[in-house]
Amino acid sequence: MANNDPPKKLLLQGNEAIVEGALAAGCRFFAGYPITPASEISEMMSVRLPRQDGTFIQMEDEIASMGAVVGASLAGVKSMTATSGPGFSLMQENLGFACITETPCVIVNVMRGGPSTGLPTSPAQGDVMQARWGTHGDHPVIVLAVSSVGDCFDITIHAFNLSEKYRVPVIILSDEVVAHTREILALPAGDKIEVIDRIRPSTPPEWYIPYEENSRGVPPMAAMGEGYRHHVTGLIHDQRGFPTQKPKETEAFMKRLFRKITHGFYEIQMTKSIMMEDAEVAVIAYGSVARSAQRAVMQARQQNIKAGLLQLITMFPFPKNAVDTALRQCRSVLVPEMNIGQISREVKRANTSDCRVLKYNRIDGQIITPTEIFTELKDM
Amino acid sequence: MPNNATRLPHDYLRHDKKFPHVWCPGCGNGIVLGSLIRAIDNIGLEKDEIVMASGIGCSGRLPVYVDFNTLHTTHGRALTFATGIKLAKPSLKVIAVMGDGDATAIGGNHFIHAARRNLDLTAIIINNQIFGMTGGQYSPTTPYGCKASTALYGNIEHAFSIAELAVTAGASYVARSSVFHAKLLDKIIAQGIQRRGFSVIVAMSNCHVQYGRRNQMGSPVIMMEWLRDHAVRIEKAGDLPAKDLQDKFTIGVLADVDKPDYIEEYQKIRERAKEG
Repeated sequence: MANNDPPKKLLLQGNEAIVEGALAAGCRFFAGYPITPASEISEMMSVRLPRQDGTFIQMEDEIASMGAVVGASLAGVKSMTATSGPGFSLMQENLGFACITETPCVIVNVMRGGPSTGLPTSPAQGDVMQARWGTHGDHPVIVLAVSSVGDCFDITIHAFNLSEKYRVPVIILSDEVVAHTREILALPAGDKIEVIDRIRPSTPPEWYIPYEENSRGVPPMAAMGEGYRHHVTGLIHDQRGFPTQKPKETEAFMKRLFRKITHGFYEIQMTKSIMMEDAEVAVIAYGSVARSAQRAVMQARQQNIKAGLLQLITMFPFPKNAVDTALRQCRSVLVPEMNIGQISREVKRANTSDCRVLKYNRIDGQIITPTEIFTELKDM
Repeated sequence: MPNNATRLPHDYLRHDKKFPHVWCPGCGNGIVLGSLIRAIDNIGLEKDEIVMASGIGCSGRLPVYVDFNTLHTTHGRALTFATGIKLAKPSLKVIAVMGDGDATAIGGNHFIHAARRNLDLTAIIINNQIFGMTGGQYSPTTPYGCKASTALYGNIEHAFSIAELAVTAGASYVARSSVFHAKLLDKIIAQGIQRRGFSVIVAMSNCHVQYGRRNQMGSPVIMMEWLRDHAVRIEKAGDLPAKDLQDKFTIGVLADVDKPDYIEEYQKIRERAKEG
């Protein structure tokens, strides 16, 4: 039955909106460890999950949190954790386990200044490449970035949906600014939200081959305790889940891991274009910096500069096509980041035109303001 | 009706998993796996309701051979995955099998916190006093003075006593046996699975290849004799003078406390949250 109630309006900070998004997406298990500036996510989960017969647990560290999250998902429950840089470093080990066992889960990293303990209460975007390549070995992963409280809700739901659909861990990169900014969120009714669940096997248990090839490259996933007894291992495994060292089986497995993501590029790679139709110069930005960039672009338009913004929502797999289109259209693009230029390098790699790719970076724990970006735009 | 020696392998080992197994001839791991299977069979659990999780090392390979829901995780982390599984689906019986290095070196933090938390899991630790798979490096349970591939001049670190550590950390059931004392091992594994809360079973075992050879015990028979001669029934240990207990280990039940487990406690949280 359609629910015609107007959406409920809430004044929330980004961290709280992530919790709302996760619960709306069906998350019913959260394991975490206290860390600034992500702790509000744990705190709110500890209040909300038990009301919905879900489970919150505070583990002994982030390694354990990530292990518990993967375990819960293997038992069939959508699960999530949230952390910041130092904790994200500790999660890399079991994040790799989620990659190789194709276990859906969502990891929120509220970025703060680094390396090491760094700047615990200051914003940064220094974990972009760690999100992509932090765990060892070749592996596919999906990384999404949020820039507003609204994003925190919507993108978290997307994150769960992509994770379930492609059986892959999804990392949400937030930052200290997004996490603690309060904005109005219009909470849509539950039946207006698209929620995707992993495909479960439809064959009888005796026919179930847990990692069988299929056209999508995503095998149906059985939860533990439902009759589909099988082996799950962090070793390279054959289609039945047993460890293998055979070169052909190893290669087939690895290729399928990547192929399933490649096949989904059309819906995984999300970007947002603002005033790009006739843009001659553009800003390519993500996270809280995209908010400043949007303001700067409007300022530039007021001064008759044909500026536009390409906001990256999906960081990885890198949205090469959208970036390439922007580069071909513009004479120069600016990539402002609160790091030394982690995504500008990806943009340069994608650049096959004679468009100039300019960097603008802050690594002092301060946000990049609209004025700073506007000043750069004027000279482009 | 076939006897247990032929029925149990047929009923519990995976028919589609290729053998031989990875362990050296004479390894104690098979004895522990046998005990576990007998315990499960005696209790009468369904295979579907059992999850067997392991970490890394020779012990990590136990689950792959048996027809349960099996999970071979990362080094030292079996209990963290087990925690997630149990909380997500409390109807499952979750058994974590670990080695001494796995459980108390890299996994030491998880181990003490699992005991403190008292979630209804069964932890079986096969203690062969060495890192076997990687070539015989000393572990947190290698005795002082013994030799290892990273302690050729003798080990200068002191060993953890895993069972006593678990008691202190708050595990509700703690027991120890050895692969020589297999009948006792069957019994305590069954009890551990049946008790609510966190149960710890320590199985003293032999690694004659990586530990024994460097310490004048290079055959499984010699190591079995060592286990036989160094085990003291816990009921008798109290009567012996301290000097007779040096370099010995006790076998039997060290702790058996009936107290609410984490899931029972969490159910109360859910009720309070819904009232508020």
